[in-house]
Amino acid sequence: MGLTKSSMGNTLLNSNIKFNKNQNGFTIALAGNPNVGKSTIFNSLTGLHQHTGNWPGKTVSNATGHCSYKNTDFLLVDIPGTYSILSDSQEEEIARDYICFGNPDATVVVVDSTCLERNLNLVFQIMEITDNVIVCVNLLDEAKKKHIKIDLNLLSELLGVPVVGTIARKKKSLNNLLDTIYKVCNKDIIPKPKKVRYLPIIENKIDLLNSKLKELFNISPNLHRWISLKLLDDEQTIIKSIESHLNINLSNNVSINNIKSDIEEEFSHIDITKSNFKDIITSSIMQRAEQICDDVCTFENSNYSNRDRKIDKILTSKTFGIPIMILFLGIIFWITIVGANYPSQMLFSFFGFIQEHLLSFANYINCPPWLSDMLILGVFRTLTWIISVMLPPMAIFFPLFTFLEDLGYLPRIAFNMDGFFKKCCCSGKQMITMCMGFGCNAAGVVGCRIISSPRERLMAILTNSFVPCNGRFPFLITIATIFIAGSYTGFTGSIISTIAVLFVIILGIFMTLIISKILSKTILKGIPSSFVLELPPYRKPQFGKILVRSIFDRTLFVLGRAICVAAPAGLVIWIFANIGINGESLLNIIANFLNPFASLMGLDGYILTAFIFGIPANEIVLPIILMCYLGNGSLVSLDDTFAIGNILVQNGWTILTAINVMIFTCLHFPCTTTLLTIKKETGKWKWTFLSFIIPTICGIILCMFTTFVYNIFV
Amino acid sequence: MNTKITTLNKLPVNETGFIYDIQCSENVKRRLLDLGIVKNTCIKTILKSPSNGLKAFSIRGSLIAIRDEDSSSIKIYIK
Ligand SMILES: Nc1nc2c(ncn2[C@@H]2O[C@H](COP(=O)(O)OP(=O)(O)OP(=O)(O)O)[C@@H](O)[C@H]2O)c(=O)[nH]1
Ligand SMILES: [Mg+2]
Repeated sequence: MGLTKSSMGNTLLNSNIKFNKNQNGFTIALAGNPNVGKSTIFNSLTGLHQHTGNWPGKTVSNATGHCSYKNTDFLLVDIPGTYSILSDSQEEEIARDYICFGNPDATVVVVDSTCLERNLNLVFQIMEITDNVIVCVNLLDEAKKKHIKIDLNLLSELLGVPVVGTIARKKKSLNNLLDTIYKVCNKDIIPKPKKVRYLPIIENKIDLLNSKLKELFNISPNLHRWISLKLLDDEQTIIKSIESHLNINLSNNVSINNIKSDIEEEFSHIDITKSNFKDIITSSIMQRAEQICDDVCTFENSNYSNRDRKIDKILTSKTFGIPIMILFLGIIFWITIVGANYPSQMLFSFFGFIQEHLLSFANYINCPPWLSDMLILGVFRTLTWIISVMLPPMAIFFPLFTFLEDLGYLPRIAFNMDGFFKKCCCSGKQMITMCMGFGCNAAGVVGCRIISSPRERLMAILTNSFVPCNGRFPFLITIATIFIAGSYTGFTGSIISTIAVLFVIILGIFMTLIISKILSKTILKGIPSSFVLELPPYRKPQFGKILVRSIFDRTLFVLGRAICVAAPAGLVIWIFANIGINGESLLNIIANFLNPFASLMGLDGYILTAFIFGIPANEIVLPIILMCYLGNGSLVSLDDTFAIGNILVQNGWTILTAINVMIFTCLHFPCTTTLLTIKKETGKWKWTFLSFIIPTICGIILCMFTTFVYNIFV
Repeated sequence: MNTKITTLNKLPVNETGFIYDIQCSENVKRRLLDLGIVKNTCIKTILKSPSNGLKAFSIRGSLIAIRDEDSSSIKIYIK
């Protein structure tokens, strides 16, 4: 789950590293099918922490990092996974452009040893573009478990390029890879790819076009064969990017067009048409791949995926599939709620204690009261409240969620839910992007690149903020714990809070479906497009790594963000609360202004004000609400979370207020970072505006509805 | 030999067939080719989604989910 500094927030906005070239060393591209362990290899070699996860499409933009070996510097480029370079979804286009035009010194094609045949398809396609290919046969441990043996030397001989076997999770196994990379870059090993030979007639035409290209353009001879093949295929999108990247004009070239129409004419007599050309090419490649696999692989046990199949039968069964999904989510929430409660209390008391002392210390050194108030009651208090509320739930929720992710469960969720999404004319992959939204909506929006249809991708982007992100989720938990569970404590209380949170999340999913349906009937008209998703094998999560990384990343992240956002926000709020006209604070003026509208929604003016102030970062909503209330009341410090409950009740909160706050937390405008990311991903302010207005209207209507119903019955 | 031609969506769970012809739209077809689904590829239905409308197939050692709309335009033969 994407939640480090580099994978979310503002850094997402300028993360389009395209064609970096290493000035004083070598550039190495890591390509391959999705989910074969490219990012894992990248991390091991560079010591960086690119996110890895057991589902196809985890990496959606290029990442770079350095590593050195024998005093040589290597710039590694981790590219999104791709099944072929004739790709159509956006993250695959990024991959294709880098592989085709990034011009690295060597391209490492990582392949999955448990399904070599399919992976060789990409290997052959890449070998058409560049000679400097190294094949890295990864996941050898899984192959061993499945009793698949691969003769790497023979494979290398048959492909004509160096082949290295690795287990990416074991760093030691990568030494060999580095060594091979080093040798290829220094020309100690010169790969001589044995390309697939297509039908003689096609080869003949490729040669014909080759010589024409040589005559016409001054481009690297390596590319001739590939461009000829694309010309024969008449693949417009690729031809366009060839033209723009190599700065040549193919489609308007008279002599090429003449040759092309002659060939077309000739092909039509032997039943090679535009529509079956790709089949013919791919069939040749796959035939070669089958032959090679027959030679190099030995399957000692043909029922090797039985265990996975048994688990799948249960997790996707007609009766239990969806209940199990909700149960998993519920269990995660429950553990989070129970586990976060106590540390939260401790943090509250601890910071309260420090605050007391800071105040008396300020007093002692004769600090002017306005300054100490501003710094301690404004900045320090907001900061520490956020940390107390946010940190414990996050430190528990994310490792648990990452655990499910590493297990390989996310694509199963998409598989289970796709039927519903199809009815709403969108893609089941949207479910995966929603799961990423739990971490950060901005990351979720970027993750929508895995959806290939532009229309469905837009729908996923517009509805992503229906999932509460890490800034809002702890707030939900707090309200559920201190308010909904209310007088119930212990086990019953935690179950009640879990159900409340679960209910809000399911409401969010439900709203996503409804809004998608409405969008697809109005501004984003269209029929559901295709959905092809690979369900990866279940993998044992790396417990230690998950724990260390999520807690470490998360803690640092939350603290960092709290300092960056909450501290200034605390200052601003404090100023608003303490500066005013005619003795009434600005905050009060705004809140009073909003109050009539807010009460229609079953909220109050302060709550609405807090949400508006929370646009830069949703984390600060609760502290602002509390600060508003405290500004009016007599309490100064909070000893624990229950004190929060008391303040809320004193300020007129009822069960309705709590429910509506939870609903509105889930359904309201996304934060600025998300909005900017949406602008960047969609390129239009129109969509950004819609993504702001849609959830807000939903939230307002829903809150008004619950208030209406509540007022009838109570 | 007795062969029967049908479409992929009609292949029952745990039964095996072989691809005969892919008649999907251009985009889908390309995606299927990318996955190594060409003529004569062996394919086996493994799972049905609880929300209906898609199935997962075992193809060349991996598990691929395809919607019924698409699999109904893939012709297969069963030996
Ligand atoms: N058992 C085992 N698991 C591995 C190995 N290499 C990677 N994995 C796991 O495979 C999963 C996918 O790894 P990633 O590195 O995210 O794959 P990727 O190729 O970057 O995937 P995309 O970014 O989606 O293209 C992760 O859960 C890894 O922990 C390996 O050699 N053995
Ligand atoms: Mg990756």
